[in-house]
Amino acid sequence: MLTLTCPYCGLQADETELHGGGEAHLTRFGPDSSDDEFEAYLFLRQNPRGVHAERWRHVYGCGKWFHALRDTTTLQVFGTYPAQTLTPPADLLKAAGVEPAA
Amino acid sequence: MSTRLATGGRLIDCTHTTRFTFNGHAMTGLAGDTLASALLANDQMLVGRSFKYHRPRGIVASGPEEPNALVGLGKGRFFEPNQRTTTTPLRDGASLTSQNHWPSLEADIGALNQILAPGLTAGFYYKTFMHPRPFWKHVFEPFIRQSAGLGKAPTEKDGDVYEHLYAHCDLLIVGGGVAGLQAALAAGTSGARVLLVEQTGHWGGRAPVDGAQIDGQPADDWVAAAVADLEALPNVTLKRHTQGSGVYDHGYVLATELPPDHVPGSDTARARLWKIRAKQVLVATGAIERPLSFAGNDIPGVMLAGAVRDYVVNWAISPGARTVIVTNNDDAYRTALTLLDAGQEVPVIVDAREAAQSALIDQARVRGVRILTGTAIAKVKGGKRVTGVALCAMNTGGSAVTEIIDCEAVAMSGGWSPAVHLFSHCGGKLYWDDARAMFRPDPARLPTGHDGQPFVRTAGAANGHFDTGAILHDAVAATQAALKLDRAPIAPSQAQDPAEGPIAPIWVMPAQARYELRSKMWLDFQNDVKVSDVQLAAREGYESVEHTKRYTTLGMATDQGKLSNINGLAVLSEALDKPIPEVGTTTFRPPYTPVPMGAIAGEARDAAFQPLRRTPMHEWHATHGAHWEPVGHWRRPYCYLRAGESIDEAVHREVKNTRQALGFLDASTLGKIIVKGPDAGRFLDMLYTNMMSSLKPGKCRYGLMCTENGFLTDDGVVARIDDDTFLCHTTTGGADRIHAHMEDWLQCEWWDWKVYTANVTEQYAQIAVVGPNARKLLDKLGGMDVSNAALPFMGWIDGTLGGFPVRVYRISFSGELSFEVRVVAGQGRALWDRMMELGLHLGGMPYGTEALHIMRAEKGFIMIGDETDGTVIPQDLGLGWAISKKKTDYLGKRAQQRAHMVDPNRWQLVGLETLDGTVLPDGAYAVGTGDNAHGQRKTIGRVTSTYMSPTLGRSIAMGLVEHGPDRMGEVIQFATTSGMTIDTRIVSPVFFDPEGEKLNA
Amino acid sequence: MPDLLETPETTVTDLPPGGMILLRGSLADAAFAEVLTGCGISVPGTRQIVPCTVGQVGWMSPDELLVFCEATASADLALRLDAALSGQHALVLRVDDMRARFRIAGPGARVALAKLCPVDMARIAPAELRRTRLAQIPAAFWTENGADFDLVCFRSVAGYARNVLTRAARHTQGIVLP
Repeated sequence: MLTLTCPYCGLQADETELHGGGEAHLTRFGPDSSDDEFEAYLFLRQNPRGVHAERWRHVYGCGKWFHALRDTTTLQVFGTYPAQTLTPPADLLKAAGVEPAA
Repeated sequence: MSTRLATGGRLIDCTHTTRFTFNGHAMTGLAGDTLASALLANDQMLVGRSFKYHRPRGIVASGPEEPNALVGLGKGRFFEPNQRTTTTPLRDGASLTSQNHWPSLEADIGALNQILAPGLTAGFYYKTFMHPRPFWKHVFEPFIRQSAGLGKAPTEKDGDVYEHLYAHCDLLIVGGGVAGLQAALAAGTSGARVLLVEQTGHWGGRAPVDGAQIDGQPADDWVAAAVADLEALPNVTLKRHTQGSGVYDHGYVLATELPPDHVPGSDTARARLWKIRAKQVLVATGAIERPLSFAGNDIPGVMLAGAVRDYVVNWAISPGARTVIVTNNDDAYRTALTLLDAGQEVPVIVDAREAAQSALIDQARVRGVRILTGTAIAKVKGGKRVTGVALCAMNTGGSAVTEIIDCEAVAMSGGWSPAVHLFSHCGGKLYWDDARAMFRPDPARLPTGHDGQPFVRTAGAANGHFDTGAILHDAVAATQAALKLDRAPIAPSQAQDPAEGPIAPIWVMPAQARYELRSKMWLDFQNDVKVSDVQLAAREGYESVEHTKRYTTLGMATDQGKLSNINGLAVLSEALDKPIPEVGTTTFRPPYTPVPMGAIAGEARDAAFQPLRRTPMHEWHATHGAHWEPVGHWRRPYCYLRAGESIDEAVHREVKNTRQALGFLDASTLGKIIVKGPDAGRFLDMLYTNMMSSLKPGKCRYGLMCTENGFLTDDGVVARIDDDTFLCHTTTGGADRIHAHMEDWLQCEWWDWKVYTANVTEQYAQIAVVGPNARKLLDKLGGMDVSNAALPFMGWIDGTLGGFPVRVYRISFSGELSFEVRVVAGQGRALWDRMMELGLHLGGMPYGTEALHIMRAEKGFIMIGDETDGTVIPQDLGLGWAISKKKTDYLGKRAQQRAHMVDPNRWQLVGLETLDGTVLPDGAYAVGTGDNAHGQRKTIGRVTSTYMSPTLGRSIAMGLVEHGPDRMGEVIQFATTSGMTIDTRIVSPVFFDPEGEKLNA
Repeated sequence: MPDLLETPETTVTDLPPGGMILLRGSLADAAFAEVLTGCGISVPGTRQIVPCTVGQVGWMSPDELLVFCEATASADLALRLDAALSGQHALVLRVDDMRARFRIAGPGARVALAKLCPVDMARIAPAELRRTRLAQIPAAFWTENGADFDLVCFRSVAGYARNVLTRAARHTQGIVLP
């Protein structure tokens, strides 16, 4: 029963007010992509034991999607940020002890 | 015998007598009694039977750790099994029934199992019921099912009401003993928002019973003053009768409140489940005393020493005029003193330790109590109650009995274990304190919360402190740590208990007990697990404590091993010759004690079980014979039953009438989503398989929506309102899902596109007016031109009908001339009523969802959820015409290029006609020739929709068949569940009016 | 409007929903705010509901407002807004019929809502518009005077909301929120 702060509302929302949407920062591959690219986009997920960027929707609140960077084992939340973001913010990655991808 | 003492009893009110029954026998208790204390007051030592051997069982404990004294409480709608007598307050008129026996508690046939006990060892079920295999279903399982389960499930619906309550606080303190009160005092002065919950009805925990002196006054006085101080603090909330049941992630805590004044059947909540979000949790839940393992330790009258004190001090109950004390630690000496103070006899204190020296022991010694050190109970004598004990030297096998002492009760203490359950629920780790023989919370490994910081701590006895002064000091320190205060908010109250000597870690008594004794030493009283069972498990190779638990069922009863876990794993540790920390503990899981099912459901029952969505015309349907069909959370009329009509007859009447005259459908449930913005067309082109941006304002287009993996997920008619604005209709169940789908892509992928969406499903009512007389009905309403010229097929216009501002769509899901009339929801019912009234003269009548389904199937139109199941792509359904070839991209396009999606062997939609006219079973499979890789008959298709068509007077069906469209006219076989096959011809899925003449009638 | 439930502590009443207008646009955009101001609508802060010339306006999301006005005024107001916002990327919809509205009044109101919503009811301040979950449905509520609450939910589930609200409000006495 997590709580996550919606970056739009500023509200620490209860998990029952939210809807999870799986791994964040996927790049969409369309009609011109290769089978491998498309398979990876559609089916392959990191499912890490540890730090994970994921999608959540404040479905019982403002209805906005946002991202959360959290640890899947300790459930520590390093931060939430808007969905209109291509990679997790550097300060959150730092808090999570993860090197930002080059 | 157990009796009520003439004096004492700090929790009872001797002036109020309470009547109750136990197995139908009338008994009396006093106000303030628990069921257990009342039973003991009536000398009811035998209160139940054990699970496996049906051994006589008596009350062992005085709190939630009680394994034996569980009863069925109440009757009929208010019956609840497995109620712990030790924690349930006695109410006037209570009806108690003992459990797990037949035909009666006193004479129980299942007790024969004890005679068979040597065969009923650990793993008995696993070993015995394996062979022969067929016996399982016909012999073993029925037998086990009959014997299985503790207590009886209620047969009637629960007559009480329940509720939830969401609460938030800075600091939740669980446990209202002196530690919890001291912590609340400390936290209260800091200004933090504090919630203190206590599972019993009284504050102070064990301290008053144990005779603690705090700040120079008796514990009761200190407690009363503390409670008064706390009640004066506005930032502190005190709750009694409320148990911390479980601690979960991010400070979520469930607590179960059982209001003591609840009247069964009243409309106040019998139980209230508190859903607490606490920034910090302080677990001050005290400790639980451990039994000692000696032969016959399960005979009624053998009780925990602390519980005996509780009964004497709290409820003025003496469990026996002569009580033998047996212990491996000093604390049990308090019980001796308490009994002596109450004028009861303590013939001997059997102390397993070689030496007994401490200030506390001296207090007993000066009273002249006989103390035998280095001594063990070889065996308890008695059957349904204790009659005496046989003693032996501790360091022997128990054969040489040194003495036999008559007694009525035995008070045992194997030491105390901190109640770390709540601390452990969310990941708190323990360490083994060897000197004090207990698992304690590890301060270096506290449970962490959303910020990665510790959020659960323990204080007092739950933290391993048993001295009152240390407990109070620890409570303030823990509060300071929890609230991250620079210094202690208050100085702790002072207390000084008499010094105690060390505990001796004694797990089996006598030390070298022979098998005959070990097989009578109970670890788990409820599930009948003995020392010999755990030792057998170890011999058979069960090294992991988790496996041993499951193999022997140790700790798996409703008490979840509160008394048995530590003793059991200590025995396992000895048997494996591994130190206790290496054997480890089993996992503590919530809830601490069982939570009533009703409390978990809360308000979600009966009419509020789940939200029921009603259209503006719902009440009309309800009063006109609607036979309901749930569609999502909506209820839609399946058909409207008339007097004397069967459901089939009603459906067929509605279909025929709509085809021949006029039908009305409440289509309000269809989703309606506005999509607006300069990029709306571009967005819908991505969302739908067809081209939507080319749609002209005033026109409608049927569209298909796929998920990114290519599968058809929804369909509906899109209307273009103006250059910037579209209205998308979705299926009834799809509105919220499709709106969310749109927002997902807009927010997370194409966030620079200028598009706004709004789900306006609830704003409008929509009525489908269908059939040859449809236009006549609209003309009768009057106000707008709905002629073919003014409103051609797949067009829409705004106007006024019968004075109602409406939008009329000329669309058809039945193949008939059809208009869908949209009006604001507030006018939906009035427009419906008006249509019904005018429709009378045109043969109009409403039709339900089944008629809708049949009519669409007659026309070969697909239905999401019938023809689709999450594995079907539009190309499978002959809907290639609705897939734009011009678009470079749409959701699902890439997936539909995958090898499996373009496989020519994919099953394709066709119509199906049985040769003998029977209706195909829904979901039936067509069988091919030969077997598949699994040796099963090959299948070549399946039925997706199947009906008796009243229009055509015969059965029709649609299905997906391998190479179906290429096999028109071919006869294939569909298998039925009875093993028969039905010869079926493949035909066009359009069964009715293939030219579409009726549409433009 | 008759009371659906009245106890010494709490009253639950069906309210006429009144006029409502859904507005979508970029709240951060000065041009958008300017047009609204011109129509008598102020832009509330995050999660706020504020009075304005036409009634009240509540913050629904970073790009959505809900205007509460007189039922008789909404048609005209929606037309005016639509016209004034033409040329901007915005959405104006009259949604008078989309929601049901309740008032939960009296000293037990907070407790009644705390039985159904995962919200820190003890800390809800006037002018906060809280969108949340009411048992199993979405709802939004606010208080003007700090004691009495107005709640809106979707029209189709009004019966469910009425049911759970009246039940939750029936007994609130003696229940204290921390």
